Amino acid sequence: MAAEHPVATPAGDQTRIHNIGYRAYDGPRLGRSYATRSLYSQSLRGAYGLGRSVKSKVLPMLLFVVMCVPALIMVAVAVATKANDLPVDYTRYAIIMQSVICLYVASQAPQSVSRDLRFKTVPLYFSRPIETADYVRAKYAALASAMFILTAAPLLVLYVGALLAKLDFTDQTKGFAQGLVSVALLSLLFAGIGLVIAAVTPRRGFGIAAVIAVFTISYGAVTTLQAIADAQGSTSAIPWMGLFSPVTLIDGVQTAFLGATPSLPGGHGPSNGQGVVYVLVVLGLIAASYGLMMRRYKKVGL
Amino acid sequence: MTVIATESLSKRFPRVTALDRLSVDVGPGVTGLVGANGAGKSTLIKILLGLSPATEGRAEVLGLDVATKGGAIRERVGYMPEHDCLPPDVSATEFVVHMARMSGLPPAAARERTADTLRHVGLYEERYRPIGGYSTGMKQRVKLAQALVHDPQLVFLDEPTNGLDPVGRDEMLALIRRIHTDFGISVLVTSHLLGELERTCDHVVVVDGGKLLRSSSTTDFTQTTTTLAIEVTDTDEHPDGTRAVREALHARGVTVEAGSGLPGAGHILLLTAQGEETYDVVRDVVADLGLGLVRMEQRRHHISEVFKDDQETEEQQRKEAVGHGS
Ligand SMILES: Nc1ncnc2c1ncn2[C@@H]1O[C@H](COP(=O)(O)OP(=O)(O)OP(=O)(O)O)[C@@H](O)[C@H]1O
Ligand SMILES: [Mg+2]
Repeated sequence: MAAEHPVATPAGDQTRIHNIGYRAYDGPRLGRSYATRSLYSQSLRGAYGLGRSVKSKVLPMLLFVVMCVPALIMVAVAVATKANDLPVDYTRYAIIMQSVICLYVASQAPQSVSRDLRFKTVPLYFSRPIETADYVRAKYAALASAMFILTAAPLLVLYVGALLAKLDFTDQTKGFAQGLVSVALLSLLFAGIGLVIAAVTPRRGFGIAAVIAVFTISYGAVTTLQAIADAQGSTSAIPWMGLFSPVTLIDGVQTAFLGATPSLPGGHGPSNGQGVVYVLVVLGLIAASYGLMMRRYKKVGL
Repeated sequence: MTVIATESLSKRFPRVTALDRLSVDVGPGVTGLVGANGAGKSTLIKILLGLSPATEGRAEVLGLDVATKGGAIRERVGYMPEHDCLPPDVSATEFVVHMARMSGLPPAAARERTADTLRHVGLYEERYRPIGGYSTGMKQRVKLAQALVHDPQLVFLDEPTNGLDPVGRDEMLALIRRIHTDFGISVLVTSHLLGELERTCDHVVVVDGGKLLRSSSTTDFTQTTTTLAIEVTDTDEHPDGTRAVREALHARGVTVEAGSGLPGAGHILLLTAQGEETYDVVRDVVADLGLGLVRMEQRRHHISEVFKDDQETEEQQRKEAVGHGS
């Protein structure tokens, strides 16, 4: 390999006197799993605009603040009024704030994957030691983690507040833990659906619109149908309808297994048996998202 | 030592055969891969990176089989694609650091090597600005830097001079030369222009329609013969000085061709130098005739001429029309 030797200073560049020659690299090469982790942390930081322009920090940071402010207010009220419970359950919080979460995934899923497709950076990644699966896993894990941070942070605020307000420790800890499980599931599901949609198009605008459409239209349709069914008294169909939108899916799972009160009309939550179906559908959707992304990137190649 | 070896390598797409039983060995140094659009150059690079399976045949890069050792190859090799691949909203430094880590360099080493590499490719203060504002020449340098940042043993450069003006092209070619001479990294560089690779490469591989047309070292092309170009003045005694010299040289047993196709053709004589004595013969002949010698210069054969000759003979063999008489 080339030894160190001086190279002539470029003409007209008097400031660069010590232009040392090429130095070979003989340090460690950490390989594929390190590269995957690097992509994960870069993508996770990118989901909050870190390492990117000031402009791209605004929206994710704003949404994060909007997610946390209601929790702070609730905590302040609970402490001030010496209430004996928090105004909302841990598991309810994400359901109430669903439009903020939806906006977040709609804006960040396309920025995570559409950019690489649009600027054709994907081929550069695949010219490195990583494989298709590593890229997909890193991107998926990064967005799911970003969403977990977004949804778990307000729960943490509530929990700390509840302890400050001297509410029952066991009750609160249990509720907090159930809330965390629920938002973890929500993060995986939402990130998967968002990424699959975003990975179809290199156009970021399309990606954003499509993700919002899928989340809001499905939720709107499902809740409307449930309301109609409730009015007509066909209550047995209501829990099954919830399987067809991401938000009601999570709601169903936590009603059945995580002690949440159902947000379905008339309080018709899924039974335990139906709950198992809910869990299977959620896990199936997560697996399907991963599989679809793998298929998409197998085709991109170079 | 062989850096790249292919054996009857074929790649067939549903409608086209991109590579057709290509067998070629490439040693260390700078190797040019030349071919027209669609000749199969980029397809070959993708196969060599282990990213696209060959339909038939086998290939090795740095002694590693592309079919099974893709990951290991990509750790030791750099790749500069022919298309744009840079995100416009990050700076060159951030981008190259990230790509260095993607090649397995620890964070501190990635930063250090990025600073070094960007300097070597000629990016200074501008490296902190977003890439979106760069000129084509600067973008090509960033693309080159990301291919070199992990100090590979070999780089694949796919049409690095694409879109550059003549000055930028020359700078890029000089840089490519340095990648081997100063950095000690072997290079496979593609182009559809044979001429521009002549000065840069040690070895040229020409492909056409996925088939190997020729593989030889550039010194083979350019140093097998030395051609002398001679131009003389006319005098009253010899109104056609050129012709007089030609005849006199002929009498001395030196074969002369007219320099057709060159500017001022007809006044220039081209002859093959058989060592030092040819120069003496020419000098004596011209002096004896009392003519003035306007020029006598050594002409290095351009590879393009070599190939033109080659292809023309081939075409003639195929009884296809030969157009222009160059
Ligand atoms: N993924 C693909 N599917 C189908 N055909 C392909 C594919 N990739 C390349 N080809 C075809 O294979 C042939 C060789 O393509 P390739 O890109 O290797 O040529 P090239 O020598 O790099 O050309 P250029 O100078 O234009 O870059 C072309 O006819 C091209 O259309
Ligand atoms: Mg090409």
